[in-house]
Amino acid sequence: MELNTQSPEAPKMLSKDLVTDQEVRWCPGCGDYSILKQVQTVIPELGIARENIVFISGIGCSSRFPYYMETYGMHSIHGRATAVASGLKAIRPELSVWIVTGDGDAMSIGGNHFIHLLRRNFNVNILLFNNEIYGLTKGQYSPTSEEGKVTKSTPMGSIDHPFNPFALAMGAEGTFIARSMDRDPVHLKEMLRRSNAHNGTSFLEIYQNCNVFNDGAFEIFTEKSSKKEEAMFVEHGKPLIYGQNQDKGIKLEGFKPVIVDLTANGNSANDLWIHDETDRAKAGILSRFFDRHEAGIEHFPRPFGAFYVEQRPCYEEMLNAQVEEAISKKGAGDLDKLLQGREIWEIH
Amino acid sequence: MDTTNQVLDQVIIKFAGDSGDGMQLTGTQFTNTAALFGNDLSTFPDFPAEIRAPLGTIPGVSGYQLHFGSVNIFSPGDACDVLVAMNAAALKANLRHVRKGGTVIANSDGFDPKNLRLANYPDGANPLHDGTLDSFTVITLDVTKMTRAALTESGLGIKEIDRAKNMFVLGFLYWMYNREMEFTLKFLQEKFSKKPDILDANLKVLRAGYNFGDTSETFTTRYTVNPAPMPPGIYRNIMGNQATALGLIAASQKCGLDMFFGTYPITPASDILHELAKYKNFGIRTYQAEDEIAAICSVIGASFGGKLAVTASSGPGIALKAEAMGLALMLELPLVIINVQRGGPSTGLPTKTEQSDLFQALYGRNGEAPIPVIASKSPADCFETVYEACRIALEFMTPVIFLSDGFLANGSEPWRFPKADQLKPIVTEFTKEKNDGDKFLPYKRDAKLSRPWAIPGTKGLEHRIGGLEKQHETGNISYDPENHEFMVKMRAAKVQKIADHIPLQAFDSGAEKGKLLIVGWGSTYGAIKGAANDARIKGYEVSHIQIRHLLPFPKNLGEILYNFDQILVPEMNTGQLVSLLRDQFMVPAIGLNKIKGMPFSTFEILDKIEELLKK
Repeated sequence: MELNTQSPEAPKMLSKDLVTDQEVRWCPGCGDYSILKQVQTVIPELGIARENIVFISGIGCSSRFPYYMETYGMHSIHGRATAVASGLKAIRPELSVWIVTGDGDAMSIGGNHFIHLLRRNFNVNILLFNNEIYGLTKGQYSPTSEEGKVTKSTPMGSIDHPFNPFALAMGAEGTFIARSMDRDPVHLKEMLRRSNAHNGTSFLEIYQNCNVFNDGAFEIFTEKSSKKEEAMFVEHGKPLIYGQNQDKGIKLEGFKPVIVDLTANGNSANDLWIHDETDRAKAGILSRFFDRHEAGIEHFPRPFGAFYVEQRPCYEEMLNAQVEEAISKKGAGDLDKLLQGREIWEIH
Repeated sequence: MDTTNQVLDQVIIKFAGDSGDGMQLTGTQFTNTAALFGNDLSTFPDFPAEIRAPLGTIPGVSGYQLHFGSVNIFSPGDACDVLVAMNAAALKANLRHVRKGGTVIANSDGFDPKNLRLANYPDGANPLHDGTLDSFTVITLDVTKMTRAALTESGLGIKEIDRAKNMFVLGFLYWMYNREMEFTLKFLQEKFSKKPDILDANLKVLRAGYNFGDTSETFTTRYTVNPAPMPPGIYRNIMGNQATALGLIAASQKCGLDMFFGTYPITPASDILHELAKYKNFGIRTYQAEDEIAAICSVIGASFGGKLAVTASSGPGIALKAEAMGLALMLELPLVIINVQRGGPSTGLPTKTEQSDLFQALYGRNGEAPIPVIASKSPADCFETVYEACRIALEFMTPVIFLSDGFLANGSEPWRFPKADQLKPIVTEFTKEKNDGDKFLPYKRDAKLSRPWAIPGTKGLEHRIGGLEKQHETGNISYDPENHEFMVKMRAAKVQKIADHIPLQAFDSGAEKGKLLIVGWGSTYGAIKGAANDARIKGYEVSHIQIRHLLPFPKNLGEILYNFDQILVPEMNTGQLVSLLRDQFMVPAIGLNKIKGMPFSTFEILDKIEELLKK
């Protein structure tokens, strides 16, 4: 990891040092602008030299991201940023590798690579900009669009059941699973820092508003009027509390989450579910807080923050350890011996 | 009893049995023994796609053909002199490949009513007795019975005992061809070092087979095949996929970059992965990706990071990699893509050979997407050819496609292996400095038209690359129409420029001018060479070239073609190279095409030569 830090005498990197000469071409008002700004704000704090940072993206609006970051970068092909990043990280473990992807890129065409990256646990950061729509192709439903969604490709409403990205990541044995949103810069920056700090694949889902094709998709979580009731920010070691006046909480009755009115008699924050991001079973329950106001179903707030964090060896560490082990056991390879093989004969 | 000894200059043996009968092992053992003895040889395994097809049936037959001699051997051979048939199905599947007058060694136990029925012989018919084999010499051995007899006191179960059957046959053949058993004895000792009872059983049965030949009064003739006159040097035997793996390792060592090999298992390419995975102490990182697309994309990432990056597959997998190959071409990163071709289309014939992916290699991508293509001509030649593929990739900053095929991959031949210091150097360097004043232009080209390789971690050269059309020199996204046309032509020119740095096309045999030129590529080499040889013996004027560099072609190819009255292009496809030659050189080349999942035989090509020259 020696390359991963800035030398102390190097001038401190500033946000503006991460801005390229390329004109940013997202639609005015796109949530991507905010994410770009937060990333450019957080990276200089991390102490990583600019030349050791690589942004790799797939295809989609979000995937233009590397062009706007004055680091190394690759705008690859649809769905494959995760696979490209895996190969890079495998052979250059000292680099800080960031994957920028979208809901179509990561969950649909790139779904396979996404899950395999999570299980292998390369030490990279996935920033998934989820806007629940295909923006670059001008407005078709995506694998995270809700059922019934009317789009250009679903005039009668989508009949596709959407992915729950958290449940998917849990199922794929992800080791860092977190959610934030474009319109909460403070929280987003904190989640970016935590993604970077995690040794393993960090999956950060960022709710991102597409103001052209899916405006307001996350309004209830981002607008002042509803945010406190609908979004619940979880923190390790703290009770699950939300509500206009922090007046609601979640309690576990066995495996069943129950909403508690903290203003009512006999209810106390001490009885609430204390968030433990290392608890796989609880993270599984939390990942199911994914409903959309349907009649007859108890409605839970949408959780934001780091859900689940696990320490597990990274693929590239083990890969390179095997190479080192082979060298220490057999000695560095001798090409002449190899070419000769085991059985030879001579013709005079 | 006295036996006579007959000296032969070449023999073709086919070992055939159930896929569980150990015929591949028997064949390999006989082959290595012949190689160590100094015979020239060529082999061709032929196994079913199913790992364990139903016992005793024709789809379950596994074969291994060996052609060895005291003369130069160019191919695994046409008609067999000897067929070892472990059961009725093996006989039925292979008898048509045995020459009239040839020898059939049959395991009589494999011709019981059940085996005959499974091989679809009519009720009551037994080819061993009904005259089917009248024009062959038949040696019937009850291998099962004699193996069991040899091991009555071994304490092993019947199943384990029967598994040693192939050793009886091998021992018998060693006797018949006057071979030492040392190599196999040593092999068995290593293989079963932890299972002394199994080792003991195998050794016993091997010797029993040998002694049976020696003591049984039935066999009066033994054969000797003397060492072949090969160029002096030190040899080993090698299979194509093995040679490919070694060529990659050699390239990695010579260019000074560790190798990253990302792949997804597929027949017949997987052995390259198996081979490379053994050599981690050469700094090789093998990566079994989740799919073909991930495999090539991981390799693109590794190339971006500054390693020798290689992926391998077969036709169906290459189809999946097509989009990423286009990306690699746009990124202008060095990458080697190996296609061990098999019968297609779709899943096709996974274990059979074909040359039908030449067009896929040349044209199988969206847009104008030229990628250099190079093909090896023999199992041992895979080494040099894949090494050359790495050299082109690294020196010209481009993906390169290396074409092998199932026949080369699993076939073997003696190889006069090089010394590491005899290998052509591979010159590759990372760019460390800005190349345009205070700017770094990632697509500023050198005299070879190749761009700088600036890897992450290099201070001051931070840059972004991607699959969108890029502006000349800066690499920035550009939708400018003039620039697009310029860049399309530039990428093609860059590939053509490689022709300045590859050898001119040489003749394999024959005069540089004349009546008939045979043009081959890939694994047809041995059969064409043999046929051209035979044709000259018959008095025909024939020349032969085998093209390694298929894109770009060697610069003198047109000139060569124009010097002949007729051009014949044998290919295991419907005519892909022949179309290219007609297209690019306007020559009336004639195709000879075989699409049977089987290599050409020498006489198929010889017949065509005679037909063309008799007119």
